[in-house]
Amino acid sequence: MATFKVVHYINQFYAGIGGEEKADTKPFKEAKVIGPGMAFNKALGEDVEIVGTVVCGDSYFNENMETVLPEVLEMIRSFEPDLVIAGPAFNAGRYGMACGAVTAAVIRELDIPAVTGMYEENPGLDIYKKDAYIVPVGNSAATMRKAVPAMTKLITKLLHNEPVDPVVDGYVVRHRKNFVAEFRGARRAADMLVKKLNNEAFQTEYPMPEFDNVDPSPAIKDLSQTKIALVTSGGIVPKGNPDHIESSSASKYGKYDIDGIDTLAGTNYPDAKAYYETAHGGYDPMYANQDSNRVLPVDVLRDMEASGKIGELHRYFYSTVGNGTSVANAKKYAAAIAKELIADGVQAVILTST
Amino acid sequence: MVKEIEKTGIPVVHICTVVPISLTVGANRIVPAVAIPHPLGNPSLSFEDEKKLREHIVEKALEALTTEVDSQTVFE
Repeated sequence: MATFKVVHYINQFYAGIGGEEKADTKPFKEAKVIGPGMAFNKALGEDVEIVGTVVCGDSYFNENMETVLPEVLEMIRSFEPDLVIAGPAFNAGRYGMACGAVTAAVIRELDIPAVTGMYEENPGLDIYKKDAYIVPVGNSAATMRKAVPAMTKLITKLLHNEPVDPVVDGYVVRHRKNFVAEFRGARRAADMLVKKLNNEAFQTEYPMPEFDNVDPSPAIKDLSQTKIALVTSGGIVPKGNPDHIESSSASKYGKYDIDGIDTLAGTNYPDAKAYYETAHGGYDPMYANQDSNRVLPVDVLRDMEASGKIGELHRYFYSTVGNGTSVANAKKYAAAIAKELIADGVQAVILTST
Repeated sequence: MVKEIEKTGIPVVHICTVVPISLTVGANRIVPAVAIPHPLGNPSLSFEDEKKLREHIVEKALEALTTEVDSQTVFE
C-alpha cells in the first residue's frame, strides 16, 4: 500500500463528461483515478496513490463558489488525503479560478498542502497565488507532458515535508514566510546593495509584483478633431453617489452623463446645476468635495472644447474607486469601459488617479 | 486601467500624483499631478489661479497625447 494518499480535483472536461454544455455539472467524487490523474499517479511513483477524484463543472463552480467550495472540501476530506492536486488549469480562466479556490481552501481549512498549475495569465493565478502552490505551466493541455513532471517535483517534496522554495522548486511566490537568518535585515540589505553596486548577482527577499506592459498607442495628430473621454480611479460621482460605489474594494464603476455640465461643482460653488463629490475612502475627500474639477478637470476641458482646442469632450465620464480594488477587477472594469469608449468613437483618454 | 484601455489602441495619458506607481503598473504617457487629494488643484490658491494651474496640467496631458512615445515617458 502506498504511503501517501492524494486527491485530485478536475473539471468536467478532463473528467470526460463534456465541454461547455456540461460546465454546469454539479460536484461529485469517485474513488478512482480519472483523466490527467493517471499521468500524475504514474509520475508520483509507488509511494503515492491518487485515492479519489473530485469533479465539478467550471461554470457551476464559479457561479456557486460560496456553496460549492464547502461541498468540494467535504468530498476531498472524505478521502483523508495527505495532499491535493488540482488541474492543471493551463489558461482556462474559470478552471483556474476553481483550482485556485480549491487549493487555497484545502491549505487553509484542511491544513494539508495543495498544488495546482496555471499559465501565467490565468486570472486564478493572481488571485490565489498568495495561498496556493501554483506551478507555472503552458497555456494549453498540449503542454501536459511538461506540466506533470514540474508539478510532481514540488508535490513529492511537500509530501515528504521537505522545505520548498519558489525559485528552486519552480512555483509562484506565495505569502511571506518566517525564517531565521544568520544576519539581521539591515546587514542583508547592505550586502545586497554592495553586490548590486558591484554588478554581482543577488537575490531579493521581497520580489516586486511583475506587471505586463502594453505598447504605447500612436499619438493624436489633430486635437481639434479629437473626442476625449475622462476616466478616473479617484471616485468622482454625482452628489449622493447614486450607484453606491464602495469607498474601498469597489465592486463596480459608474458612467455619468455630463451633457450640458460645464463644471464638476462641489461645495465651493453656489447655485450649481449639479453637484459632485468623491466616493473614494482612501484619501481626504474634503478638497474633491469642495471642487471635483480638482480630480476630474471637466471645467478646463469644457473651455478647451469651446475654444476649439479639442474636438469634443465625451458626454460620459467613467469613475471607480481605486482604493484596495484588485488589479483583476480594475482590469475588468477598464476592459468594459474601453469597449464602450471605442463604440462611442472616443479617440483619446485622460485618466486621473489620486 | 490605463493599460487595459491603451491595449485597444486608444492613447491614454495618466495624470497621477504617485508617478512611481504609474511607472510600475505600466502607463506609457504620464503627467505628474499636484497632490493625492487634489491631483488637479491646489486649495491654497485663489479660484482663478487654481484653474490656471489645472489648465497647465491638462495642457501637459494634451501635449503627452500628441507626442509619439516608444516607451514609458513622464511629461514634467
